[in-house]
Amino acid sequence: MNSIETALNIRRIALEMVHRSKGSHIGSALGIADILAVLYTDVLNLNAYEPNWQERDRFILSKGHACSALYAALALKNYLELDDLHAYGKNGSTLMNHASHKVNGVEFSTGSLGHGLPFAVGKAIFAKRKQLGFQTYVLISDGELNEGSNWEAIMFASHHQLSNLTCILDYNRLQSLTTTAETLNLEPVFDKAKSFGWDVIDIDGHNHHELQNAFLLKCERPKFIICNTVKGKGVSFMENQVAWHYKNPDDSELGQAIKELNGA
Amino acid sequence: MRNQFISSLVDQAKADENIFLLVGDLGYGVVEPFVDLFPERFINLGVAEQNMLSVAAGIASEGARVFVYSIANFPTFRAAEQIRNDVDYHNLPVTIVTVGGGLSYGNLGYSHHAIQDYGLMRLFPNMEILAPGCPQEVKSCMNYIQTSSSPSYLRLAKAGEPVICNESNLAGGQIYLQNDLGESCARLVLTTGNNIRLVLDAVREGGLLNQWNIATLPVWGMKYKDFLRQHLAPYQTIVTVEDHIADGGFGSYVREASDFNQQIDAIHLNSESVGAVGNESYLRELGGVNSQSIIDKLLRHQKSK
Repeated sequence: MNSIETALNIRRIALEMVHRSKGSHIGSALGIADILAVLYTDVLNLNAYEPNWQERDRFILSKGHACSALYAALALKNYLELDDLHAYGKNGSTLMNHASHKVNGVEFSTGSLGHGLPFAVGKAIFAKRKQLGFQTYVLISDGELNEGSNWEAIMFASHHQLSNLTCILDYNRLQSLTTTAETLNLEPVFDKAKSFGWDVIDIDGHNHHELQNAFLLKCERPKFIICNTVKGKGVSFMENQVAWHYKNPDDSELGQAIKELNGA
Repeated sequence: MRNQFISSLVDQAKADENIFLLVGDLGYGVVEPFVDLFPERFINLGVAEQNMLSVAAGIASEGARVFVYSIANFPTFRAAEQIRNDVDYHNLPVTIVTVGGGLSYGNLGYSHHAIQDYGLMRLFPNMEILAPGCPQEVKSCMNYIQTSSSPSYLRLAKAGEPVICNESNLAGGQIYLQNDLGESCARLVLTTGNNIRLVLDAVREGGLLNQWNIATLPVWGMKYKDFLRQHLAPYQTIVTVEDHIADGGFGSYVREASDFNQQIDAIHLNSESVGAVGNESYLRELGGVNSQSIIDKLLRHQKSK
């Protein structure tokens, strides 16, 4: 299955999971489907049958509320059975509505924003100090960059020249109530990351070639990939809508969404 | 105590190449022995405690044992959510070391008074609280940490404390008698942290050494209440002493761990000392954690029988 097919399947599976569990955050999950598809298909050095393989690359989903996409990706890559996903959001399930380290293939539990990047920095500096070859990737959201803890980590990573670290910004320009520009302006985020000492790449976060090239680019500094994305990407009535951070698709909306994806 | 800490840490790090020391831009004159020997395992995170605790969790998640070092409330309150979500929830072997527990930094003012730290740290289910009373107990606590894979909070005073205790192999919830009157005496003064010298001196001064057992509890925390309950069973009256406020403190913890028919009374810092400034002995005097308050409390309990 190539990355395009993987992304399509991530979207379908995430929609069904969120609908079934009556959960939220489908807009976030759809928005990062392409990023995850490229990572899990073409980039991450992993072994699903040895999830703790010491040489594996580490991926942390810091915007943990988009976990339905991650769980879908893990199921497609054999960390989970597709049937396991029926437990998503159910009482007593490890598949909670944020990323959970109790799920096979998930490195770190997230839910409160601003933790994933510093945690990833910890893994990266361990690898550097111990001269280990694994890469660490962390996916953060734009609203998440409101949290000061990220900027501590961003300063630290460049100070220690953690070239084995990639921070992926899911830049859909929306957060809880309105746009990032109206909430706490992040622009110019490219210049900010660059001035903090990172190598910065600005791409279309839904273009698989651009994603592949950005991930595989060798850098001397920690790498900051600004992925310009659309919240709700792939489902026309969900795209670029704050409401789909919260709403749960009903039967009709699910049907319409799947129809659109199948016709894509 | 902090000198014993770094001495023990260096010894452990010689034998274990996966021990890391992280500091929050503090430790001048203390951490140099570690830095000189193990520069690749020392990281100064700068004045950035939230990052420090998450980075510590990240390093520990790779199989390392991480010590995080700062003073007063900085490695705890400033990074409370990181401790809660990243360290404790993932049950990682991160030891949060604070120098200046209690009122050791009294003259520096409220920001540097660690008098609510037990209240925070004992809320975390996996967190082991290690509060040694003297350099020997520091050594024993450091040995204990080697045997535990849980997160822990090591609360140290500053420097110059005399060696008082002599126990070595510590266990969670276990009390260590410093004045042992045997089964004939059902009264106990129980303390944790840098208070054992005060307690021993007070009880001696009051002529009460033959009336009260005295013990330290250096290793405690949420998961050790049942163990503590067992060890406290022989005692009917227990007076606790701490350099911490009442709410969420050591006395309230012991109360939670005790049986309903035991009498538990706490000597703790009162509101007079909160926000006051002065050296440690002045603030303890002001705050009611002093020799006379201990003697008065013990005599009151003796008379009530």
